[in-house]
Amino acid sequence: MVIEVTNLHKRYGGTVAVDDVSFSVERGEIFGVLGPNGAGKTTTVECVEGLRKPDGGTVSVLGLDPRRDRAELTQRVGVQLQQSELPEKMKVAEALALYGSFYREPADWRRLMDELGLAGKANSRFGRLSGGQKQRVSIALALAGSPEIAILDELTTGLDPQARRDTWQLIEQVRGRGVTIVLVTHFMEEAERLCDRIAVLDSGRVVAVDTPAGLVSRVDPGQRIRFRPSPSLDDRLLKDLPEVHTVTRSGEQLTVTGTDGLLQAVTATLARSNIIAADLRVEQTSLDDAFVALTGRTLDQA
Amino acid sequence: MLARLTFMELKLALREIVIPLFVLALPVGLLLGFGFQPGSRHPNADLGGQTGAEYIAAIGAGVSLAVLGLSVLPTALAQYREKGVLRRLATTPVRPAYLLAAQLALYAAAALFTVAVLVVAGDVLFGTPIPKSLPAFLGALVLGIAALFAIGLLVAAVAPTGKAGQTIGMILFFPSLFLGGVYIPRETMPAVLRDIGDYSPLGATLKTMRDAWMGTEPRVTQLAIMAGYAVVAGLAATRLFRWE
Repeated sequence: MVIEVTNLHKRYGGTVAVDDVSFSVERGEIFGVLGPNGAGKTTTVECVEGLRKPDGGTVSVLGLDPRRDRAELTQRVGVQLQQSELPEKMKVAEALALYGSFYREPADWRRLMDELGLAGKANSRFGRLSGGQKQRVSIALALAGSPEIAILDELTTGLDPQARRDTWQLIEQVRGRGVTIVLVTHFMEEAERLCDRIAVLDSGRVVAVDTPAGLVSRVDPGQRIRFRPSPSLDDRLLKDLPEVHTVTRSGEQLTVTGTDGLLQAVTATLARSNIIAADLRVEQTSLDDAFVALTGRTLDQA
Repeated sequence: MLARLTFMELKLALREIVIPLFVLALPVGLLLGFGFQPGSRHPNADLGGQTGAEYIAAIGAGVSLAVLGLSVLPTALAQYREKGVLRRLATTPVRPAYLLAAQLALYAAAALFTVAVLVVAGDVLFGTPIPKSLPAFLGALVLGIAALFAIGLLVAAVAPTGKAGQTIGMILFFPSLFLGGVYIPRETMPAVLRDIGDYSPLGATLKTMRDAWMGTEPRVTQLAIMAGYAVVAGLAATRLFRWE
């Protein structure tokens, strides 16, 4: 275990930001902290980083107390903050060299620039970089001290899809070098794609800690099919089947959920009634569904 | 580490064209512009018996201190907080207080450098002597820097954004120049304004520097009020300063 958070509690004035959060992170994994805005994700990692003092509970990082042992902690934990910039006129190479000089064991910043695809940008000023490039610099700064743990907060917010995918690849590379990564995100796809394990936070509490597949398997493993019946049919025809749970209609499209064997039962019934199922799709339970099942709402609604 | 940060801040400051322009080029330009006018080497009763060149050199020094303390410092610090630069530093082994110290060291050095250039240029080009009471001159200069920079820190402490820091700084800057006797010499001001100006941060700084330059001992009450500004504004800034 490189990070252990136990019964963490933090409030700002009368507002409880983190109610009761516990989880532990193992060395070498990519650990996701997933939840809607306001779930307490950032406050939680800020307590791990030592930026905030918990009101209750304990946090241990690499065996250190983040508040008491700050000097040692900052040497070994790299942090990429949500919305943090550099002075506009600072050059990329200057920033990396300067931040590297803060640490006992600085990473080779020239190599770091190469690895992060910033080699051509050494003499560019921070203010002139694109969003994706700024994010790369930000990651590079988090790695400037050869950290054992890198905590990355809302890494890809505001990036276009291509830059987002590039950044994901980068994170996998960094993990490949043995760095433990804590990834704070509210993007389901990002968590599913990158994380070995995920803590799902909602309203300041951990509702589940599991692998992406494990979270999905907690949800009813039933099936869901969508199609456009032609000619249209009476819903009761399907509702009467023992395999069917629900039938919902959206325009011409029907969504049918149910147990295993749903597909066979529905298609057999349709065939008997000479109804064609156009645009038929079978959907797997996704992490989105798991999230809804765990928190009672979708990430977007939150 | 402090030296590295200070050097980085120097490079960044030089890239902002307006900083070297207002801190060094403008005061030196004023000295050259007025110094070459006829009669600038003779004591002038309207300037309290000071020569025109010596007076304008002191004014230039005051402008430089005011620009640094009331504009450059609060803008830079409030911007660093707004952009999360201070917060990011807090996650490294270097504390954000180091960046604050680097800024103060850099701007104090810039102020001293500008004053040195003005004194030497005045001496070489216009025969304004090196300040006659040098220790008093340096004392007034240091207290003036402390007072104006402390006020700048206080502005940075309460300004939520870089823009706000700049605006509040400007609101203080122009009246300060007026009360300090930069637009019109304090000697030609109405008595009431002059009395107020003499105890304003910049006015006290300018008057004590000019006195020391001419060899008159600066008034202790004025030096005391400068120290007072430095302590009160400095303490308030320390209490109110937020890193994020």
